[in-house]
Amino acid sequence: MTPDRQHPPRMKDAVDLTLELKPYRSFTLDNSIPVYAVDAGAEEVMQLEIVFRAGNWYESANGIANAVNSLLKNGTSKHNAFEINEHFEYYGAYLNRNCYNETSTVTLHCLTRHLPELLPVMQELITDSVFPEHELDIYRQNMKQRLEVNLLKCEFVAGRLIDEYLYGFDHPYGIYSNAEMYDGLIREDLKAFHDRYYVNGQAMIFVAGILPADLEASLNKTFGQLPLNRTPLPTILHPVKPTLEKKHFVLNDPDGVQGAIRLARPFPNRHHPDFKPAMVLNTLFGGYFGSRLMDNIREDKGYTYGIYSHIQNHIGASAWMVSTEAGREVCEATIREIHHEMKRLREDEIPDDELMMVRNYLMGTILGDLDGPFQIIGRWKNLILNGLDSQFFYDTLKTIREITPQELNALADKYLREEDFYELTVV
Amino acid sequence: MIKFDRFTLSNGLRVIVHRDHSTPMAVVNVLYDVGARDEEPARTGFAHLFEHLMFGGSVNIPVYDEPLQLAGGENNAYTTNDLTNYYCQLPAENLETAFWLESDRMLSLAFGEKSLDVQRKVVCEEFKEHYINKPYGDVWKIMRELAYQQHPYRWMTIGRELSHIEEAQLEDVRRFFFKHYRPVNAILTVAGNVYTDQVRELAEKWFGGIESGDRYERNLPQEPGQTAARRLEVKANVPLDAFYKTWHMSARMDPRYYAADLITDMLGGGGSSRLYQSLVKEQKLFSSIDCYHFGSLDAGLVTIDGKLVKGVDIHAAEAAVDAEIAKMLKDGVTEKELQKVKNKTESIMAFEDMSVMSRASSLAFYELLGDAALMNDELSKYRAVTPEEILTECHRIFRPENSSTLHYLADGKEA
Repeated sequence: MTPDRQHPPRMKDAVDLTLELKPYRSFTLDNSIPVYAVDAGAEEVMQLEIVFRAGNWYESANGIANAVNSLLKNGTSKHNAFEINEHFEYYGAYLNRNCYNETSTVTLHCLTRHLPELLPVMQELITDSVFPEHELDIYRQNMKQRLEVNLLKCEFVAGRLIDEYLYGFDHPYGIYSNAEMYDGLIREDLKAFHDRYYVNGQAMIFVAGILPADLEASLNKTFGQLPLNRTPLPTILHPVKPTLEKKHFVLNDPDGVQGAIRLARPFPNRHHPDFKPAMVLNTLFGGYFGSRLMDNIREDKGYTYGIYSHIQNHIGASAWMVSTEAGREVCEATIREIHHEMKRLREDEIPDDELMMVRNYLMGTILGDLDGPFQIIGRWKNLILNGLDSQFFYDTLKTIREITPQELNALADKYLREEDFYELTVV
Repeated sequence: MIKFDRFTLSNGLRVIVHRDHSTPMAVVNVLYDVGARDEEPARTGFAHLFEHLMFGGSVNIPVYDEPLQLAGGENNAYTTNDLTNYYCQLPAENLETAFWLESDRMLSLAFGEKSLDVQRKVVCEEFKEHYINKPYGDVWKIMRELAYQQHPYRWMTIGRELSHIEEAQLEDVRRFFFKHYRPVNAILTVAGNVYTDQVRELAEKWFGGIESGDRYERNLPQEPGQTAARRLEVKANVPLDAFYKTWHMSARMDPRYYAADLITDMLGGGGSSRLYQSLVKEQKLFSSIDCYHFGSLDAGLVTIDGKLVKGVDIHAAEAAVDAEIAKMLKDGVTEKELQKVKNKTESIMAFEDMSVMSRASSLAFYELLGDAALMNDELSKYRAVTPEEILTECHRIFRPENSSTLHYLADGKEA
């Protein structure tokens, strides 16, 4: 058998694949908390995520939402931080917390058989965290020290500043931490935030993996009787106040050998009709390894180890961003090439074979990304938190299959204009 | 229990098939038995640079990524001190595309000047991004040179210095390829929605005709037992003093490996671990502290790595670390504490095995160790470790003369 190596084997175009987003099962707890469940997988493991409307959108001073979320595990009226950690770790479980802008999460990963031992402690953290003063002291000190190290990294500094330019420092999307903020954290504020947005907050639950048969009953027992989802959220408006000046250069480290480059422009969220087409255009531009930016700036010029573009994952206002770390002496050349690639997308016809590659790549990766219960529930969560349903998923597939080169050119002409982009280099 | 089939082609290529028909995807994983430990001391970083060149076009296919992306696939690769691993995932219908791509680059690369020229620059930027332009980025360069004097683990996979990468020549690339990237030195794992007969047929078709190559006989200088404690102090432009201490531990295939692995979990790793509880929470000497090892195939290093709270004297911090070690040596560990880290190990394995890609690379890794079936024995080996064995292993590892200590201090220039 001598294979024909000159020509690729016959392949099925990934655009022709049938993709299905496995539906969730849903039910409501006694206190009206919605639960979304995907029962699938081969290993006896599961993930249980509680999403609270408790992001930094709702905090009265910078840093509170994050501190509350982070310190949930650091003591209740019955157990100290060590005992809580030891309990989860004894069962080989992980209890992660994350704070975002609108939401914050408490996520449990465990072997399914251990769930009964872990649920009561999860409940305790949500209802009875006390934020001991000495724990807050350690948090302040260690976070300030970590920040000091991070501030030496050009990409860390660039990531903060570009968000500030886009949204303004007073907006939850644009604000960032500093030492004074940590110093100003007060235990009473943390307790008040916890009481309002966790104990009496708005929650939903996402669960996936091999699920226990009595899931509904045990969730009801643990979370269904709590005073959650009763008090409506306050209406808080945060106007976006972008910076006027578009071009910025920051010298962070005089001895730096690389610069962190960020180019970004405001972009609407998922509800805008341009969002789905922009996902395709973004892939072509800088969204995958074969993208125009990567092909030119890494694979042809060798200016960087990697360069990507993406649309920020925001529920409200969003932005389209290019980011890379490039050799200090080639930062300007890199920005020129990014502009050049925008111009080509605006003015030159996009070759059919390149577009076909992007279509296939996107379909193949979506298929791969839906492989496994945690991935499926993750996609559902993203849809639900953004106020969307499976129609968005199937419409996206349709856009990937059908969008034309001309539509992409027109979209580039509308959005990929260098004069609309904030431009930042941090050395 | 991960099931698999296994066969060897006449050219020596080992093939493992792991079927999982619950996924629409297929994974093709090619592991080459070469890592940074196989480099010459004057040309370090080469195995990793070479990994980049594997994407620069093969003899019949000018660009690796394009056909794969056209088939709806994704890929990546990594190089460690021990091995180099390439993997791609694509819709199972297009499995043969991956065979075509992977076999062509095992057949021969294009060896283009342009590709070498660009990837030298890309790797130099990677070097800068991760090891120069980052606070504490050079710690492991220093620490490896302190802890290893003979074994090639004394340099990092990225290389000892930029010049080694800048000076790489095409002739070096060609020689390296035909020495290491031969069927006889590789393991092919195919996993996901595939069938063994199908994989056998495809493997014969695409890889069967590739010349076997010579089996690479590894003959590395092993690190002699350390007889005196080593210490080093450096100053750098960082805001916080940092403390690093390593001790030599056993090789991956040594039965003692499992006890050492569990010891690192009891000391570091997690909010209820000994070092974190005592030194971060109770004594407030460190702002972060961890204990880990790299799972290297030859004798590795147990490492304690922490950043000090500002104003704490590093000698006081070191004394407190020593006291924790002394406590473990004196009192040993309890059944409950040991059970905790065993449970954690079980759970990590279960989560890892969720992904087909991870199962494929694990099978290849254990086959490299000697037998893919070892993957299914791992948990029972951890479970069998007793508190007595932990104590014995602690005494073997935590000897002062077996240690290297690095004080990585803020130079005070930082405002």
